[in-house]
Amino acid sequence: MKTKRSGVSEQANVRASERYAGTKTVPAGVSEQANVRASERCAGAKFVTADPKGVDSGPHFMDGDHAIAEGGLAAGCRFFAGYPITPSTEAAERFAERAPEVGALFIQMEDELASIAALIGAAWAGQKCMTVTCGPGFSLMTENLGLAAMTETPMVIANVQRGGPSTGLPTLTAQQDMMQARYGAHGDNAIIALSPDSPQECFDLTVEAFNLSEYYRVPVIILTDETVGHMHEKVVIPPADQIKVIPRNNYSGPREDCRPYKFDSQGGHPMVRAGDGYNFHVTGLTHNERGYPVMTADQNKIVVTHLMEKINGNADDIIRLEENQVEGADVVVVSYGITSRIAVKAIQDARKEGIKVGSLRLITIWPFCEKRIREISAKVKAIVVPEINYGQMVLEVERNAGGRCKVISVNHCGGAVHDPEVILDAIRKANQ
Amino acid sequence: MSTQEIRFSGFGGQGIIRCALITGKALSLYDDKFATMTQAFGPEARGSACAAQLVVSDERVLYPYITHHGILMALSQEAYDKYYGELPKGGTLIVEQELVKLRGEHPDLRLLRVPATRYAEELGNRLFTNLVALGFFTAVTDVVSAEAMKKALPGLVPDRFLKINIKAFDKGYEHGIQMMNQKTGGAAS
Repeated sequence: MKTKRSGVSEQANVRASERYAGTKTVPAGVSEQANVRASERCAGAKFVTADPKGVDSGPHFMDGDHAIAEGGLAAGCRFFAGYPITPSTEAAERFAERAPEVGALFIQMEDELASIAALIGAAWAGQKCMTVTCGPGFSLMTENLGLAAMTETPMVIANVQRGGPSTGLPTLTAQQDMMQARYGAHGDNAIIALSPDSPQECFDLTVEAFNLSEYYRVPVIILTDETVGHMHEKVVIPPADQIKVIPRNNYSGPREDCRPYKFDSQGGHPMVRAGDGYNFHVTGLTHNERGYPVMTADQNKIVVTHLMEKINGNADDIIRLEENQVEGADVVVVSYGITSRIAVKAIQDARKEGIKVGSLRLITIWPFCEKRIREISAKVKAIVVPEINYGQMVLEVERNAGGRCKVISVNHCGGAVHDPEVILDAIRKANQ
Repeated sequence: MSTQEIRFSGFGGQGIIRCALITGKALSLYDDKFATMTQAFGPEARGSACAAQLVVSDERVLYPYITHHGILMALSQEAYDKYYGELPKGGTLIVEQELVKLRGEHPDLRLLRVPATRYAEELGNRLFTNLVALGFFTAVTDVVSAEAMKKALPGLVPDRFLKINIKAFDKGYEHGIQMMNQKTGGAAS
């Protein structure tokens, strides 16, 4: 158990978007946006209904891995390059099995480095693309994850987390790659990460991941876990005409105006497809809007600011949270993924004991809901953060609570979910 | 809220995980319940003791694993040895009659035995053992309806074996119903 860290100044917690004059800030409480679908949030994006070929409509009894593959196919993903690794393999299997009938391409690559490299190529060739992996594979992918972020290449990567470090616990659950997803790749860049708590949400959030990825032209990571990935539950896949997707936006204007990049801290910019006759360049070097290297401090300021702010500056539009009885609570439990379901059991028991406890579920992990944590920390005695790692997202909570309330980490070294009693104990302590 | 927690167990290859999949699908798609299924992975699911857990509820299942074991179906000696101790007083224990040698009388448990493998062999192949056991399970517990179970089969058993699997299910189901009738008759007399 840890308590608050000192020394985090108020200044440090001022969100980036508030520091840059001119970037928009959305004052609305994030809580009100919790249930607003992505389709209503990527402002200015053109949505179409899903291609029925990829949509296996109807009720299913399906595991989270399969639901991720189905979500990708429904969202219009037609290219999958991956390397099988437990506990993500079922997603690759499902995609491979369905690929011929849908008209998609599945390639089993020689490793994860090649897998993500193939995705970058496929994306610039005009395809929506995805892969699945877990910690060891994700580690291999991080180099090119940085390239994808730098070249603003849309793709969806599901990390079905298992116990680590290294090859760790192949068949057992964990949530130990939360920080790796955000900070694994070198250099300043920002990605989006979502965390489903059920097979149904694996489907829903994979569709959403593709929409966010297309709109912001950024890799979006599904941070799920072995439990959700391997757990079978009812999954209802809606009819194709009820699934809204953002199609690939390819530039089609005059050659002289062709720009594969626009550094204005916003999303919604077109890609340029290789083979369409436009001359452009794609490189990991710091580049101008035509994609050609311009390796100066001034240009890096333009590029890095854009990469960070298109995500952080639009955090209020991107972030989805699920809140329950947070207003008036003395203690709030912040959790995500499978742990949020275990936490609800503890929360229900705590309420029976008369403790005023609310819950905040992170559906969006990155960008982190900094503003909401700042608001909550000013009103509660303590925030309790159970997670199946040694304490990762709790660091973000502590940083944003900024000493205004206690922050209690309920950590777990992986291989199993929490005993709800342990979370209940932490809630009791938090309430003292 | 009524919650039931069931463990299906046996050795890898008996169709144990298939049992949980069929029951989970039947409950959540055709019996209007919430069902969450988790299963053993790794070497144990491929030849040695193998198990799948099913948590069934009228409301959304939160904790996906077994905490209050209600029903144990054990189709092998190893599975029985490993799990019967977890059953609380009043729990239901369903065992394969000819494969499981009981370690006691289990007076605290509701003990039910089914010759699932023999019945399956009579139908032509011991591969149907799991469906006989599932039919029996459906008859002797109030977890799931037989109609829902049969509706759940397409897609989970190969099409060309659908009929024979239904036959196997019915065989186990009838055996279970008969046993229940005898027991009620016995109690009344």
